[in-house]
Amino acid sequence: MADHGTHEHHESAHEGAHATNQMYVRIAIILAIITLVEVVIYYIPTIRSVLVPALIVLSLAKFLMVVGYFMHLKFDSRLYRFMFASGLVITLGVYLALLAMQWTRGYWFPLPAA
Amino acid sequence: MAIAIEVETARGAGHIDHGGHGHSEHPPTSTGLDSRKMLMWLFLASDCMFFGTLISTYMIYRNRAIELGTPPYPNEIFDIPYTSVSAFVLLMSSLTMVLALSAIQRGDHRGLRIWIAATALLGAIFVGGQFFEFTEFTHEGLGLSTSVFGASFFVLTGFHGAHVTIGVVWLLSILFISLRGGMPAEKAVDVEIAGLYWHFVDIVWIVIFTLVYLIPYADGPEGVVEEAPHAFLRLVTVGERFLAALPF
Repeated sequence: MADHGTHEHHESAHEGAHATNQMYVRIAIILAIITLVEVVIYYIPTIRSVLVPALIVLSLAKFLMVVGYFMHLKFDSRLYRFMFASGLVITLGVYLALLAMQWTRGYWFPLPAA
Repeated sequence: MAIAIEVETARGAGHIDHGGHGHSEHPPTSTGLDSRKMLMWLFLASDCMFFGTLISTYMIYRNRAIELGTPPYPNEIFDIPYTSVSAFVLLMSSLTMVLALSAIQRGDHRGLRIWIAATALLGAIFVGGQFFEFTEFTHEGLGLSTSVFGASFFVLTGFHGAHVTIGVVWLLSILFISLRGGMPAEKAVDVEIAGLYWHFVDIVWIVIFTLVYLIPYADGPEGVVEEAPHAFLRLVTVGERFLAALPF
């Protein structure tokens, strides 16, 4: 951040100083490893019961790492974070609304005969 | 409240955000933040909703092909090892993109060109791989109008592929401008904005890869998922077929 007027910005500038190329490479390696883990656990039948939550946690970790480090949201203005988070919250709302419609589909929209 | 504080402190300081890196020629704004960058974040938030709607639709209808008995079913046609390689390629393109930004912020024009070209190349490989995958699915009988699964799958992944294609064109235009000497370090924010778009395309694929390809379907992948060693060995065959399909 170029703005040094607040504690947050001092903190941001301090954190930004650590965003080096070496760190980017380390993040990329971690992302690649997580992707490999995702694929490997997909093929392990014994953990099939926990596969879905495990996959969601792993992909959430990848999502946050890319957004936080590669998109610099961890080091950038809170306003950007707020805007992006707003989009995500509305997206989640859309999904839940569609899911609710699906659960009540026979009530709101009668199903055509199969 | 947090936003109000942010705006006020930015005003008070009289500074402008340069994305934390490099220097922008952008004039001062009321928020103290670069308007173009803010616009890109707003666009990405709206694009979240766009893809969120497509992904939601897919998630709701993903099992309909199985329920209604309209093959081919997702478990039969998805090629996880092949898609994993595509996901890896796109992840690595995010690394090359951030290295390109880092290079221009240091005034390293050669580094910018190398990393931007690498990012565009990886993006093109991803799009080529997706085209190949679509062709394979079509040969196996899955089309846009085959079933609601096919429609929601092709619309979702097709729009993502279109986003990647636009990103590749954008990156190539930056490369072209840089080669003509029009990308000084002061314009690093231009590369950063392109990078935000590119990383967004990557995170969308992270979500699609998990929700569309990896999460099991209604009848479960048991009995359908092949043995892991065989699946990975088959990558060689897929690679050979991909190379054979190239027009050169």
